[in-house]
Amino acid sequence: MTTTEARPTAEVGNPRRRKEDARLVTGRTRWTDNIVLPGMLHLAMVRSPFAHARITAIDTEAARAATGVIAVLTGADIADEQGALPNAWAIVPEQKAPVHPSMAVDHVAFAGEIVAMVVARNAAEANDAADLIDVDYEELPPVLDLRQAATDSSLAHPDLGTNVSAVWSFDSASAGTGGDVEAAITAARDGGILIEKEIRQQRLIPAFMEPRSIVVDPTPEQMTVWSSTQVPHFVKIFIALVLGIPESKIRVIAPDVGGGFGGKLQFTPEEVLTVIAARRTGKPCKYSESRSESLMAAHHGRDQWQKLTLAATNDGDVTGLKVELIADMGAYLGLVTSAIPLLGAFMYNGIYKFPSYHLKCTNVFTNKTWTDAYRGAGRPEATFAIERLMDELAAKVGADALAIRERNWIKHEEFPFATVAGLKYDSGNYEAATAKARELFRYDELRAEQLKRRESGDPVQLGIGVSTYTEMCGLAPSRWLGSMGYVGGGWEHASIRMLPTGKVEVITGTSPHGQGHETAWSQIVADRLGVGFDDIEVLHGDTQVAPRGLDTYGSRSLAVGGMAVLAAADRVIEKAKPIAAQLLEANVDDLEFSGGRYGVRGTESGMTMAELAFAVFQGHKLDGSAEGCLDADATLDPEDFSFPHGTHLCAVEVDTETGATSIRSYVSVDDVGVVVNPMIVEGQVHGGLAQGIAQALFEEAVHDESGTLVSGSFVEYLVPSSADLPSFTTARTETPSTTNQLGVKGVGEAGTIASTPAVVNAIVDAVRHLGVSDVPMPCTPYRVWKALQEGAQS
Amino acid sequence: MTRITVKVDGSSFTDEVEPRTLLVHYLREQLGKTGTVVGCDTSNCGSCTVHLDGRSVKSCSLFAVQADGHEVTTIEGLAANGQLHPMQQAFHENHALQCGYCTPGMIMQSLDLIADNPDPSEDDVRLGLEGNLCRCTGYQNIVKAVRAAAAAGGAQ
Repeated sequence: MTTTEARPTAEVGNPRRRKEDARLVTGRTRWTDNIVLPGMLHLAMVRSPFAHARITAIDTEAARAATGVIAVLTGADIADEQGALPNAWAIVPEQKAPVHPSMAVDHVAFAGEIVAMVVARNAAEANDAADLIDVDYEELPPVLDLRQAATDSSLAHPDLGTNVSAVWSFDSASAGTGGDVEAAITAARDGGILIEKEIRQQRLIPAFMEPRSIVVDPTPEQMTVWSSTQVPHFVKIFIALVLGIPESKIRVIAPDVGGGFGGKLQFTPEEVLTVIAARRTGKPCKYSESRSESLMAAHHGRDQWQKLTLAATNDGDVTGLKVELIADMGAYLGLVTSAIPLLGAFMYNGIYKFPSYHLKCTNVFTNKTWTDAYRGAGRPEATFAIERLMDELAAKVGADALAIRERNWIKHEEFPFATVAGLKYDSGNYEAATAKARELFRYDELRAEQLKRRESGDPVQLGIGVSTYTEMCGLAPSRWLGSMGYVGGGWEHASIRMLPTGKVEVITGTSPHGQGHETAWSQIVADRLGVGFDDIEVLHGDTQVAPRGLDTYGSRSLAVGGMAVLAAADRVIEKAKPIAAQLLEANVDDLEFSGGRYGVRGTESGMTMAELAFAVFQGHKLDGSAEGCLDADATLDPEDFSFPHGTHLCAVEVDTETGATSIRSYVSVDDVGVVVNPMIVEGQVHGGLAQGIAQALFEEAVHDESGTLVSGSFVEYLVPSSADLPSFTTARTETPSTTNQLGVKGVGEAGTIASTPAVVNAIVDAVRHLGVSDVPMPCTPYRVWKALQEGAQS
Repeated sequence: MTRITVKVDGSSFTDEVEPRTLLVHYLREQLGKTGTVVGCDTSNCGSCTVHLDGRSVKSCSLFAVQADGHEVTTIEGLAANGQLHPMQQAFHENHALQCGYCTPGMIMQSLDLIADNPDPSEDDVRLGLEGNLCRCTGYQNIVKAVRAAAAAGGAQ
């Protein structure tokens, strides 16, 4: 594949300012918590302060008697009604999972689990009454360490009999995708390079800015649910399945949704309980969580321990990688909790073509908030591992970090490439992205400065971190999902309605929450149908308006949903053809569609889409031989994943006396295929970088020895501020994907996946000559300083 | 209940409020000013930032009764005659928002910042917005927008 900057069309490739902004910058927003309905009641939750306990008694008498209280419900009250929360992905048929109630009945498995709720006239009264509920607990020993959990020495769910949910393995020799990793390791031990390394992927919290909120309006005809969710279509299906409400009587609306990052890819206890409260009281009910509740009870992310063994020749050719990992599920399985490590399992080989690979993943339960998708979902963990290892390999060989990568990566002429993990990479040009990054970063100059500082013993040392990443995007071919044990599909749906006045409605099954689909989908349709960008309205996030869809996560929206929009537009053009032929009194074979107009070849005669739409609306001149409707639907199941990639370079200054680190420059060159809106893409990269850097330097969900979340507010959970981050230099190369019509790849997670190893590699690179070969994340000044002290002693 | 009179976005309101009612809840729930949002419960995130007598405050850190006799401007009071305020326009032009949840607070704080410093450097902006968290943008385009608005004389 070659790198191209071609711009074939007018709107695609244009940095259009976003349609969404008009309401967002003026405060005319539609957040769920803004919704007020006549007679609406408010919910407050009582949550367990203990990580692991048995509930022995709950006294709700005082709460029931409090002013404004309509109802108080405990787990025992709704035990027969609440069903169990679903996990949608069995990674092995024998996967074990505890029953996951929305409200604990007699056993709590993490601090923050809901044990009772109050329904009251307003939020203040609900909260006041919740404080009056007296719960007696018998504390049980909490299981908090994932490695200890794997030994079953103490159980997070005594009834389950084990903490191990599933063990999943991949071996390239048995899969037929490569050789035997043990042979590679033996060979490396005998006369090559063997690198063994343990990595702790700390637990993170997605920390979307809008706390979750749910409003339910229960009329006899329909249960209308507003939820700040990424997945309204999932929520609809699961309300039906879990609560036994006919799916045809449920409408779920995701209005304006304030961020998600995977954190709102969930079907939640709070959603179930708000529906139950509304159903029981017959009144509209609202629940809006506080930030403290959100940090404690909305699902967390990452949290893995990895043991890595990399085998290589003395020249630095990688010959094999063995990964043993333990992944902390937390207390329960959410929608796709168990599959998060799996989404990484196919990416540990990164952009490299080494010949053998083995992975064994053990999923364990602990008494912590359950984990699930967080931006990158499995792929950051894999990318961090391989990119840290490549730096260690470079150090062992004594080679440049970029050179060792180039030696091992897939060359641009080798695509499509079947990887050792069994995926087919569609396209890429690692050489082009790296060359561009190197130049923008002034790599050679910085290396020279680094050397100078080392030689002079400068107390502030300079490190250069490299991360060359790829990721699987565009979740996902339904066949693949089915083969991996997921209950759902990976298709996406779109409809286009051609209105009589020449305006166009585009209905998408994707559910944006900051990604700008209203703008980008308009650009795609404007080009295809030849109608004006401003004449297009994109509708989404309401199961009554967009009944078919699988929502937004996994960098799938453009590569799957955008392509469904394109396919629907093509069908509109197709449907318009016989109608245009009738109206123009021409043979269909003489028609050509261009610039939004069907013309009769070789004549001036023709009709625009707007004229056709109006003629169809009138119907006067249609002879009945073709359906009098231009509207079209399309469902698109992706042919395969797409694989964006890029090269990120980070320069970090490390104060060797204090351990303080400072990012001096950061260059990211990303290749996300063809770009619909470069402004939006750049914004996604910026935000992704910030979250990846946050993992490297700041964020960690910390529990104390009793299992209480210590980092339970924004005072302790350090989401970086503007003052904590540098400006980034971002650029792109463009290698079209070969798995979809537009050649797009996906960008939502790229920055997060790539940046964490770039930063940590830079820190280690700055102080490697002082005996440091690793710093655990987040690399706080104390941890860097400690690593320097240990390095000095060794 | 305590009676308060507050001028909000140019209109005067007299209301009975509980002494414990936070200004942000008064704005949202009693006045329907839902453009101002709540993002945390520790005054860290700045999503609820409004102006009180022309200076930025986190409206979760004030009781409604403390606003008695004062003038409050929210994000909803900026645009006039269908025209975006220059700071709102700058956020739009520079793609300084994604999900938009932090945006009202960010814009109100940015106005305060350039009122103090009409020509802020990048570092000035980064420090001046330290109390307002954004999870989507990585701040780069917010910094760009604030400096663009400042350069265009957007303080008024």
